[in-house]
Amino acid sequence: MAGTAVLGRVTWRSATVVGLHDETTNARTIALAVRDWPGHIAGQHVDLRLTAPDGYSAVRSYSIASAPSSDGRIEITVERLPNGEVSPYLTKELMVGDDLELRGPIGGWFVWRRDQTEPIQLAAGGSGIVPLMAMIRSRASAGSSAPFRLLYSVREPGAVFYRDELRALSDQDQSVIVTYAYTRVTPKDSPRPPGRIDAALIATGTWSPNLGPTSYVCGPTSFVENATDLLIAAGHGRENIRTERFGATGERK
Amino acid sequence: MAIISRGFSGRRSATDAKLPPGQYLTTDFPVLSAGPTPHISLDRWEFTIDAGSNVLKRWDWKSFRELPTETITVDIHCVTRWSKLGTSWEGVSLDVLLADVKTDLSYAMFRSYGDYTTNLPLKDVVNKQAWIAFKFDGADLAPEHGGPARLLVPHLYFWKSAKWVKGLTLMPQDKPGFWEGLGYHIYGDPWLEQRYSGE
Repeated sequence: MAGTAVLGRVTWRSATVVGLHDETTNARTIALAVRDWPGHIAGQHVDLRLTAPDGYSAVRSYSIASAPSSDGRIEITVERLPNGEVSPYLTKELMVGDDLELRGPIGGWFVWRRDQTEPIQLAAGGSGIVPLMAMIRSRASAGSSAPFRLLYSVREPGAVFYRDELRALSDQDQSVIVTYAYTRVTPKDSPRPPGRIDAALIATGTWSPNLGPTSYVCGPTSFVENATDLLIAAGHGRENIRTERFGATGERK
Repeated sequence: MAIISRGFSGRRSATDAKLPPGQYLTTDFPVLSAGPTPHISLDRWEFTIDAGSNVLKRWDWKSFRELPTETITVDIHCVTRWSKLGTSWEGVSLDVLLADVKTDLSYAMFRSYGDYTTNLPLKDVVNKQAWIAFKFDGADLAPEHGGPARLLVPHLYFWKSAKWVKGLTLMPQDKPGFWEGLGYHIYGDPWLEQRYSGE
């Protein structure tokens, strides 16, 4: 079921920042034109390397947010971590025209391929939306009719990434059905009090296991543990659930 | 020739000297898994050593826990670039588990609940290099960290320290396990930065 992942050798490539825009007050999308980019599959990530003038370098992994395309451009969305070494630079200092080094694409397990036709259940916790958004965009750009649902858990309305695009996609013949779960602050019209996702929300906001969906769950460890336990309790087979956890992988403290 | 990032200085600390290349220090204990966490009850748990079809050794939880244990304090290094220093574990050495196993096979495929596998040369799991660990920081190992028991092979990237381990299969030749078949390095030495295949 899984194919090979990393295709060929993973070499460092130069990339130029060609666009920047803020998704929220502490997350920014960075568009990069990558020299000799080999293309990617939705869900894969890149390693990004920054080098200081004295040669010190730091590397971090970021999920690709954009759909696969042949124009050599990719987008990543970076959330600023309070004590981060790299994310404050990427979200505040970086300017259009700057060059970076990156390698990839990396990862062959947490991916959605355009020839998958089964229903897809996505579950995002916070910035775990990023690789799932690549899947949603890949579905749209491929003209796929695979039924997609997204359950998106965020702290508050202001923390939602890609809000307008998700609204447009879900309005457009409901091609992607989006359910939000706010954990701290809800919008005024929200029918549900703030809280973590629970069995009731899994029952109303996700595909029934009878439809044979594949689920992709991405977010902080506590979110992923909770969401996968709930999906399994609802009758989903564990072999049909793929996860990607990002710890407080802390950047440095 | 590296591209210099204008205005980037980064952060360095004295502890960097103890870290393999490209790693950074964390005080958290992040989790990386491909799928849901299996919850395995101790009365169903077992650990087996086989050479393909023939089972050579088998322990249930009770007989496993009657084996002599060691406490181990080691640094661990994840391929996703975090390292954690001085982690404390309790477990049974593979030297104990393999003590009466006579074999001329040179490789092992470790098998886990949840169908995860990882491959290791047998010489990397003997001579005080690997344990089946069931405690972390003095407490029972939590399911999300691989409990009831996980492999601990700290001199290689931490994906080799398979969670929810249930046995090993001896093999005449090396072959890739789960992540190794998905583009990660067949051996995974952090000091040589063997993250991906071909490095």
